[in-house]
Parts: sequence; C-alpha cells; structure tokens
Amino acid sequence: MSENLEDLKFDKEHEWLRVEGDIATVGISDYAQDQLGEVVYLDLPSAGDSLIAGETFGEIESVKSVSELYSPVSGEVVEVNEDIDGAPENVNSDPYGAGWMVKVRLADPSQLDSLMSAEEYESFVANEA
Amino acid sequence: MPEGLARTPLYEEHIALGARMVTFAGFEMPVQYAGIIEEHRAVRDSAGVFDICHMAEFRVNGFGAFDALQRLVTNDLHRTDELGRAVYTVMCDEDGGIIDDLIVYHTGELEYLVIANASNRDTDVDWIEAHLPAGVEFVDESDRTGLIALQGPRAVEIITELAGASPPKRFRVGEARLDGRVPVLLARTGYTGEDGVEIVCAASDAVAVWRLLLSFPEVSPCGLGARDTLRLEAGYPLHGVDMDRSVDPVSAGLSWVVRMGKGEFIGREAIARIEEKGPARRLTGIRVDDGIPRHGFAVLRDGEPVGSVASGSFSPTLEHGIATAYLPVALTEPGTMLQVEIRRKTVAASVVAMPFVTETSLKH
Repeated sequence: MSENLEDLKFDKEHEWLRVEGDIATVGISDYAQDQLGEVVYLDLPSAGDSLIAGETFGEIESVKSVSELYSPVSGEVVEVNEDIDGAPENVNSDPYGAGWMVKVRLADPSQLDSLMSAEEYESFVANEA
Repeated sequence: MPEGLARTPLYEEHIALGARMVTFAGFEMPVQYAGIIEEHRAVRDSAGVFDICHMAEFRVNGFGAFDALQRLVTNDLHRTDELGRAVYTVMCDEDGGIIDDLIVYHTGELEYLVIANASNRDTDVDWIEAHLPAGVEFVDESDRTGLIALQGPRAVEIITELAGASPPKRFRVGEARLDGRVPVLLARTGYTGEDGVEIVCAASDAVAVWRLLLSFPEVSPCGLGARDTLRLEAGYPLHGVDMDRSVDPVSAGLSWVVRMGKGEFIGREAIARIEEKGPARRLTGIRVDDGIPRHGFAVLRDGEPVGSVASGSFSPTLEHGIATAYLPVALTEPGTMLQVEIRRKTVAASVVAMPFVTETSLKH
C-alpha cells in the first residue's frame, strides 16, 4: 500500500471510507481488488437509496467471481461514480481514487468508531492471508 | 499439497511465474498469471502458451485399431486415412449420450493418438477398453506425456522458427524437433478460436518446451481462466458444462461431427431417432448486456423459466456477458428476446449466433 491511506477507514469486508464533513466516499481496498482480479462489472445503488451498515449495497464481478459490496455505514447515497460503469478497471488500477463507488451522507457518525485505521487494516489483512 | 491432487510437470514453472493456482480435474492448475483479460487479449492479438498437460492421451494401435475406433466415435475416421490427419469427434453411449469429446490423430501406420478431457480420463479408459476387441493395443499415455498449447495470430511464425519448418496444416499432426533438440508432435489444433498448435512431448521434456516458447517476448503464459473465455467466445463446448452423458450431439449443436453414412457406431440408432424427430432443445448462444450470466442462472421467456445457463462469462473481446443454454428449439432463432435471472435481478438477454467471436486468425 504505497498511497497515503492515513485518512481512510476500513471494514472487515475490505471496503474503505474517506470522510469529509458528513459525507463518506466508499470503495474497495487494494487487497480486495487484487483478490478479485480484473473487475468487469459493478452493480451499484442509485442516488437517494438508503444504505444500512453491514448490509449489501451492490455487487462487483470479475471474469471468474462475484462479490457482494457491504456498506460500512448507514446513510443516504448522495452520489454514484458514473464513470465506473464504462471503466470498471479503475477499481483495479486506482482503488482509492478513480475506483471509488458511492458517496454517502452519514446517518450516524459514531459508526465510524468501529472501523479500522489503515494500519489496523493492514495487519487484519496480513492475518487473513 | 492437498491430498490426492496431481501436478503437471510444469507446476514449478507456474509458481515461479507467480500464477494463481486452482484445482481442476484433480490437478493443481494455473488459473491466471497477469490476469484473465490480459492473457485473453494476448492470445487474440499475439500468442499465448497454455499448460494442458493435465489432459488425457491414449494410444490405440494394431490391425483392428481403425475399426475399433470407428465404432467408438461418431465422426468418420476415414477422414484421417491419410497419415497425419486428425478429426474432432464425440464418443457416445448407446443412448447417444456424450461420454466425451476427443480429437483423434492418425499418428502412424495402424496407430492413433486420442486426446481427451482430463476430467473424463477414467471413464474414457473404462469405456474404450470395454469396447476394444482382442489384438488392439490401448495404452493410457497421459502420465508420461506433456501437452502444451501455443495459440494466437503469431503462434505459427513462432513455432516455425523453433521447429525450423512450417507446422502441419490445420487438423494435421507431424513430428518436429524444437530448437534442434526436443522431439515433439506438432498438432495444428486448439481450443481458443485462434490459429496455433498443440505440442505433444515426453513429460520429461515439458519444461524445455515451455521455456523455449516463453523465450519469445511476444508469447504470454495463459491460465485456465483465459482458456475458458477464449473457448466460449469461439463457441467450443466444454464437456461437463455444455454437454454430458444426458445430452446427445444433435442437441449439443454437434451434428456436424456425426456421420451417419459411415456405418455402424455406438449410439447411431439413438442419434438417428433424435435427428428424425428433431431435438427438443438445442445449445444456444445468449448475449447479456446488463450483468454477467453464470452457470446455473435461470433463462426466462416472458418471465417463464425456459432453461438455465450452461457456460457463462464476461467476453473480453465483446465486452459484455455471453452464455450458452439449452433452450426449446422455438426459442433458438438469433434475435429472440429472453431474460436471465442474475441473483436478485432479471435482466434482458437475446439469442445470438455462435461462435460469439468470428474475427480471429482462424477462418470459421
């Protein structure tokens, strides 16, 4: 993980969040995209949809596999990455940048407390591998 | 190593290349190296090399070899009368059920090489041995034989350089020596829809052949993942997924490998009945734009289930979902509108002609 990930939070399902004010941007980690392989299709929610912490909010598919996307937090989707439909490979090439998926207005900012820091996530992944 | 798993002679090569390994047909096999799409494109654009040493090789020889094989397979083995010719065929039971699909190569006087699916090796051995008359020798050469495929528009020029001569023409086989030292059989066959060769060698020479091929910078190592997407785009059925013993060759779209005029063969009467009546279902190509169809997903017509996905994948060449399914014959016309149930969603699908991809280095 060479990027500056200090401002990111992670969950155990390998999603990341970047919080700015009451808006969280959500994507999947570099480890997750590597495990999945080349991403070819994403099924994401629409702006206005409500996400619930710990529940699925979409699906991500590579040539050989399908994974559910789990929302690390509850809240309303305020923006969906429209570019990713035509360029799902961005999830592989730039998981923390152009590969972002949705922006969510946090319903309960205290949910952030249960998430991992980049450092904690790194050791979580090391243990999982 | 998990108990009971076999390795090909190229196992260490795969590990050294950083391959991701999976279990397939009882073997630890590479599913991908750089990535399935990248490897797929390498084969469509340049050349790729595949470890297919897991596949089964049988040698059948003796004065009765021709008659015995002619009775076992549906295609006409007379098409290989000229030494060095090969045919693609299926081998059926008495009900016309497909036991396996094979390529039979006429490799020598009174001698045939049969290449079969790894997952059917034991079944094939039992079936063939049970139907061979005394005096025909059958040898399962799988363990001591290596098989490596070189496929793609650059494959022929590469193998020509390595062998010092042009490879045999399409669906022919011949001896060669790679780099002036490694004795091989070059078969101008493949499972990708591209031109290329399948290289048969001693298992002990497999590493040497593999390394010679990869010494060309235009050759990429390719795993089973790309092999599957390439063969599906090319419309080649996979035994165990697109067909099995519960399916006859007519329904599987393989009437072209059944030659009724050749005389007796196992399954002939059953297949003749199906041909006369017309099959109830046929293996059909489907296109899906809004999602990726996968094995087992329901196929619907006006919301009613009419079949299920056999092979399904993302097509790296077409950049949308493609699939095969057994559908009622009335729904097999290209353009027919269908739906596929992708987990919680029902998405639009349409029937398309197979092969899905025709613009390749092979003339379809």
